[in-house]
Amino acid sequence: MNIFVLMKSTFDTEEKIIINDGRIDDDGAEFIINPYDEYAIEEAINQRDTHGGEVTVVTVGTGESEKQLRTALAMGADKAVLVNTEDDMEQGDQYSTVKILEAFFKDKEVDLILAGNVAIDEASGQIGPRLAERLNIPYVTTITDINIDGTKVSIERDVEGDTEIVETTIPLLVTCQQGLNEPRYPSLPGIMKAKKKPLDELELDDLDLDEDDVEPKTKTIEIFLPPERQSGKVLSGEFDEQVKELVSLLKNEAKVL
Amino acid sequence: MGETKEKVFKGGAFIIEDLTPEDIITPEDFTEEHKMIAKTTEDFVIDKVIPKVPLLEDHQFEHSVQLLKEAGELGLLGVDIPEEYGGLGLDKISSSLITEKFSRSGGFSVTHGAHVGIGTLPIVFFGNEEQKQKYLPDLATGEKLAAYALTEPGSGSDALGAKTNAKLNDEGTHYVLNGEKQWITNAAFADLFIVYAQIDGDKFTAFIVERDFPGVSTGPEEKKMGIKSSSTRTVILDEAKVPVENVLGEIGKGHVIAFNILNVGRYKLAVGGIGGAKLGIELSSKYANQRKQFNTAISNFSLIQEKLGTMATNTYVNESAVYRTVGLFEQRMGRLTDEELKDGKEIAKAIAEYQIECSINKVFGSELIDFVADESVQIHGGYGFMQEYEVERMYRDSRIQRIFEGTNEINRLLITGSLIKKAMKGDLPLLQKAQALQEELMMLMPEEVGTETLEKEKYLLRNAKKIGLLSAGIAAQKFGPKLEHEQEILANIADIVSEIYNMESAILRTEKAISKNGEEKNKQKVLYTEVYVQEAFNRIEAHAKETIIASESGDTLRITLSAMRKLTRHDPTNVIGKKREVAKTIIDAEKYVV
Repeated sequence: MNIFVLMKSTFDTEEKIIINDGRIDDDGAEFIINPYDEYAIEEAINQRDTHGGEVTVVTVGTGESEKQLRTALAMGADKAVLVNTEDDMEQGDQYSTVKILEAFFKDKEVDLILAGNVAIDEASGQIGPRLAERLNIPYVTTITDINIDGTKVSIERDVEGDTEIVETTIPLLVTCQQGLNEPRYPSLPGIMKAKKKPLDELELDDLDLDEDDVEPKTKTIEIFLPPERQSGKVLSGEFDEQVKELVSLLKNEAKVL
Repeated sequence: MGETKEKVFKGGAFIIEDLTPEDIITPEDFTEEHKMIAKTTEDFVIDKVIPKVPLLEDHQFEHSVQLLKEAGELGLLGVDIPEEYGGLGLDKISSSLITEKFSRSGGFSVTHGAHVGIGTLPIVFFGNEEQKQKYLPDLATGEKLAAYALTEPGSGSDALGAKTNAKLNDEGTHYVLNGEKQWITNAAFADLFIVYAQIDGDKFTAFIVERDFPGVSTGPEEKKMGIKSSSTRTVILDEAKVPVENVLGEIGKGHVIAFNILNVGRYKLAVGGIGGAKLGIELSSKYANQRKQFNTAISNFSLIQEKLGTMATNTYVNESAVYRTVGLFEQRMGRLTDEELKDGKEIAKAIAEYQIECSINKVFGSELIDFVADESVQIHGGYGFMQEYEVERMYRDSRIQRIFEGTNEINRLLITGSLIKKAMKGDLPLLQKAQALQEELMMLMPEEVGTETLEKEKYLLRNAKKIGLLSAGIAAQKFGPKLEHEQEILANIADIVSEIYNMESAILRTEKAISKNGEEKNKQKVLYTEVYVQEAFNRIEAHAKETIIASESGDTLRITLSAMRKLTRHDPTNVIGKKREVAKTIIDAEKYVV
């Protein structure tokens, strides 16, 4: 099976977000594999181990993403591809990324593409479904179980806490939800082997794209942090008075009534 | 994986040589693979081990065995074992990073360390081909677990005074061992023990003793102050039958194995201290930000900042010193040919070379974690005294570090003792340097010290080396061979030498980092270095004075002290101000950062 994983490098969950000149400052920040993409990588490796074939992890990013690709290789993926947009793209959005991935997959034989359900940074959840549309293959989102038998695929997906069972066929794109599996740690032998596995770097040119082709369709107007949480208030006094004060606070201070 | 440098340094030579930043390995030199190995270990410890710690503290050691097997599956037990015996054969930096990350798990890190370190390494370094093939593959996976049995009720620091006896049986097939080994880590579940015994009462020899050999048993679990997550028992050898092929190394040469393995154990213990200290800083800075008194977070009080500032500074310096030693081992071992790596004697020589550095790291690394654990409890106040808080366990766990792998007292004596031995044997030209210095001091003119970053620190380091030579030289002149009975002076000199190694390691590391990506990105490192060098220099001055006053009297004393004053003259750093800056970064990040 030709298995591909769409991966994104995201801020480490412990990083503090600092905004500088209207942009998120990533200077010195630690990056990780988007946690939902880890489920995708784990599942890809499991499917390969069951059905044979090869796992290729693809990311659209900068030179920095190489580290997360190496981690995916250390987990057990066979190949990695970095589409490096550092020099060519000032800004991008989901449209840009899908456009790039579409170009990448144009000449690929695909059986299964796995992606995370959402990325924990911008959390649009769009890349997988939009790419499937462009490639004209079926897709199933937020999957928690997958069984492949020949070309037939049976899937369980998480629907707001309920489970839906879907049957479909490959080629197929799925996005992975928590509960699908438990991603492995890169083992030490895996880490040492990853050094020797192929990691190809492409630029827009190599995909016959130029800057105009990937011009974003959306514009970011402003980026801001949520207001800092105020410390709580404990009301005291008689019960009736407390209720009165609460109502008055909700009306006048919080302005929610 | 570690780069092998051309230059190889003699152990202890730092006391008279001037080094450049390129001469040492620093944490900033770690490769991507090193970082990935550290990450895998950290994730494993946090996700798998930490949730089991309450069970381990309760002596449910079946979980220790299970966790070690899982660690083995990830390759975390095979780093120091060559590939041909089922290990990974990685460099010393990798294995040190694993040790550092395991230290988070308290007593379990002792379990892990005893297995991969003192339990397994004697076979890696000194086993013959058959022994390696028989034991190492299972030790690499965790299928079999190892322990180290040197201490006896009557012989702790005096390890060679062991009473356990071994006698060849009439058939010449087995040694029969009788005796008791005390406080043996992993004894509850270890499958094999590295046991030291006297063949015929006088030939100190190492044996590989399997748990299932007839006559081998263990006593009840000890009730300890800390590291309760690790198993500690007596190993009882009652007419224990050990096949002759299980003699490890040469008969009568057990001390070569024992002392060299202890050396490795010592720097690894220091590596663990670094990991523990980082955790202490993390827990304490988080707590100090949350805890409010007088309507403000206690991290806003400068006395709390002073604590966090000192904790982080000392952690940085010890980290620099310990990984420098790891680098020395890597450089030295990396140069050995495959042939030499199979020869215990060559390995022993390589390890013995850095005995002084290992002892320095052990003493200061254990005192670092002791200090950090103590201050962590203090920052937590009454809550730190309660068992719900991790720092309570940390405090109890840390206390043993100053005692095992050679007490800090023994290690201090070893530092000065080894230096003197090296000087006497002509390995290091210490005596010549000391004599030249005495002449130099008579003419010494005050040096103009520049104001560039770290220039003052380098000046203080140069002078600290001179003060070290001066006080050691005076003590040696005064007491001659009887100096070995002046233990306070030996310890003072050891402290001066250790401070020099630490100061120099921090200065070189910071310089190396600055040359890589500029001063702006390394402000914290510069602050750490400035603070530590000033404080260390003050301590050095006090130790030296005490030593000189105990060695000389009358006019000679006055002249010597005034000579020393020339060396201690400097514009002092504002330590209080700089520590506040250090602490600010720590409090913002809520963890140790460089």
